[in-house]
Amino acid sequence: MEKRKMLTGNYAAAHGARLARVEVVPVYPITPQTHIMEKMAAFVESGELDAEFVPVESEHSAMAVAIAAQATGARTFTASSAQGLVYMHENLFVASGLRLPVVMAMVNRTIGPPTTICPDLGDSLDQRDTGWIQIYTESAQEAHDMIIQAYRVGEDERVLLPVGICFEGMIISHYMEPVEILDQEKVDLFLPPYRPEHVILDPDRPMSVHQLVLDDSYYTEYRYQQQVAMEAAKGVIREVDEVFGEAFGRRYGGLISTEMMEDAEVALLTLGSMASTARAVVNQLRKDEGIPIGLVKLRVFRPFPDAELRESLSNLKAVAVLERDVSIGAGGAVYLELAHCLRKRHDSPLLTNYIIGLGGRDVTFEEIKDIALNLFEERDAEVMTNPIRWYQVRGL
Amino acid sequence: MNQHKKQQSHPLDGLLRTDRIPHIWCPGCGIGTAFSSCLIAMKESGIDLKKTVMVSGIGCSGRGAGYANLDSYHTTHGRAIPFATGMKLANPELNVVVFSGDGDLFAIGGNHFIHAARRNVDLTIVCVNNFNYGMTGGQVAATTPLGAKTTTTPVGNPEPAFNLPLLAYASGATYVARWTILHTRDLTDCIEEAFLRRGFSFIEVLAPCPVNYGRRNKEKPLDTLRIYQEQTIIKNDAHPSELDIDFNRGVILGKFVDVERPTCSERYDDTCRPKELLEEEKAA
Repeated sequence: MEKRKMLTGNYAAAHGARLARVEVVPVYPITPQTHIMEKMAAFVESGELDAEFVPVESEHSAMAVAIAAQATGARTFTASSAQGLVYMHENLFVASGLRLPVVMAMVNRTIGPPTTICPDLGDSLDQRDTGWIQIYTESAQEAHDMIIQAYRVGEDERVLLPVGICFEGMIISHYMEPVEILDQEKVDLFLPPYRPEHVILDPDRPMSVHQLVLDDSYYTEYRYQQQVAMEAAKGVIREVDEVFGEAFGRRYGGLISTEMMEDAEVALLTLGSMASTARAVVNQLRKDEGIPIGLVKLRVFRPFPDAELRESLSNLKAVAVLERDVSIGAGGAVYLELAHCLRKRHDSPLLTNYIIGLGGRDVTFEEIKDIALNLFEERDAEVMTNPIRWYQVRGL
Repeated sequence: MNQHKKQQSHPLDGLLRTDRIPHIWCPGCGIGTAFSSCLIAMKESGIDLKKTVMVSGIGCSGRGAGYANLDSYHTTHGRAIPFATGMKLANPELNVVVFSGDGDLFAIGGNHFIHAARRNVDLTIVCVNNFNYGMTGGQVAATTPLGAKTTTTPVGNPEPAFNLPLLAYASGATYVARWTILHTRDLTDCIEEAFLRRGFSFIEVLAPCPVNYGRRNKEKPLDTLRIYQEQTIIKNDAHPSELDIDFNRGVILGKFVDVERPTCSERYDDTCRPKELLEEEKAA
């Protein structure tokens, strides 16, 4: 039976990993992820989870252990945040390059300096090019469900890539909300054991992995296969969302989820916890002011859902991308990719980008409403002037 | 009015960034005492404070650099020693002090410690060892005693802890000592002596963490201090291999290593830099 409990996002994610019957958990403490580590240790020591818990000496080692464990055929789970995630960076390429479907809770926290333990998405978006699937979640329930889905997506033989389940530190990691903890028997049916054939370090079947390719014989082809796998992941993510929906009654919409887009002229596009506030704004503007506005929640950043976004945003007049991150010297990471995917189409909407909520600065209903109203006013402009906007900078 | 002001002041005010006080350390924490010892030693050693830099890593002890009214730097996790090394090599007349914790210096930053000791970089390392990762809420560390309970070892730590003075000695440190925060005078004297030594000096300071470590190991704050008094043995020049921490058996404190060895800069000058250049520098 599913159990409903008040849980933080961190505990919800840990329960997800427990239900996935992970076998090795190497992890190093860092706020705001540490509760996941503590909960996993407690599950192991109480016997609720049959796994090896490895309190490694750094995040770099955590990922090294995860890679090695996964290569022996063990299902592996880890978690990190901010500086820890960035410190893992080198090994993230290895997990993906060796096609090892490790799953990690990436509990978003701002990268210093200046040091803060509050959230923005800069840490996980910085891992954009490592070849990890990245899924952004909006609630503790979604984090719980997606950890379980992540194993099924990553381990699918069409994919075989590591998956990061991202949720914002403090906002999701530390606040409690009612979470339905899935039933173990049902999860077992949904998620069969990991039985790899492609990389398996087994003394009875010797295999050498991670060789030098000094002769340029196959590096490009290797990378190309990762790209093909990422493309395949799009379909697999949608498929797994469907199967999960049938088994547990919750569907998240696959790569993106859209609301009130049927007759919308403008839309807000965001990801993570900000989607909740944006939804409230969209609801209110629709109901009270009759403004034809919709919401697009980006759930998956890698692979980037270009076809879905083109389909839902074409024919709109204007879209504002709200994001808690910035690629310094360019703009928000999501906006930049969206601009690329909508380029040179006669039906593309005007785009603006709001850099907002950096370093965990609160993003209020009023602020998003202001952005939405501004967007509606600008919808018939010839071009968007100054499209990349730092909305909350004080003292300007 | 003046009287009132006098009462409000602290003998170390000149060395503290008083605008950063109150500090973040919990009631009963030993870091404040270790930090005071370090500042007093600094003052009494007579070293030029204008040429003294404090470097810390991440963690509770890592806040030290932020409270010292010196040129100070709060580095990324584990990187206090490489930062200090860079400073010392670029500017050899600086006194460089690293004030950081066991998790920072010996887990995520452990590699840097052994290499700086091997090279004999002229640094003073003060390590507050509170046996766990205090800042993140008390997880098992490389210094947690065998069997001790932490949030990530709820039934007891299955791994043995580092013997830090032995590690320092084996890596090449030229000055190695260990005290608890109860032995404030000896601790302060040793830190002062270390400041005046050339070479890689290491002082381990055992300190209570009642909120995270003590609570889980059924050790009330005063009990910890009592253990520091009753279950310790002062034995200067003890061999570092005797220094494993087991309070049931008794923990050895004292100064264990105090030797001379050419420093990293000296060897570098000697081996890699043209003699004429060194003479010119000397003349200048």
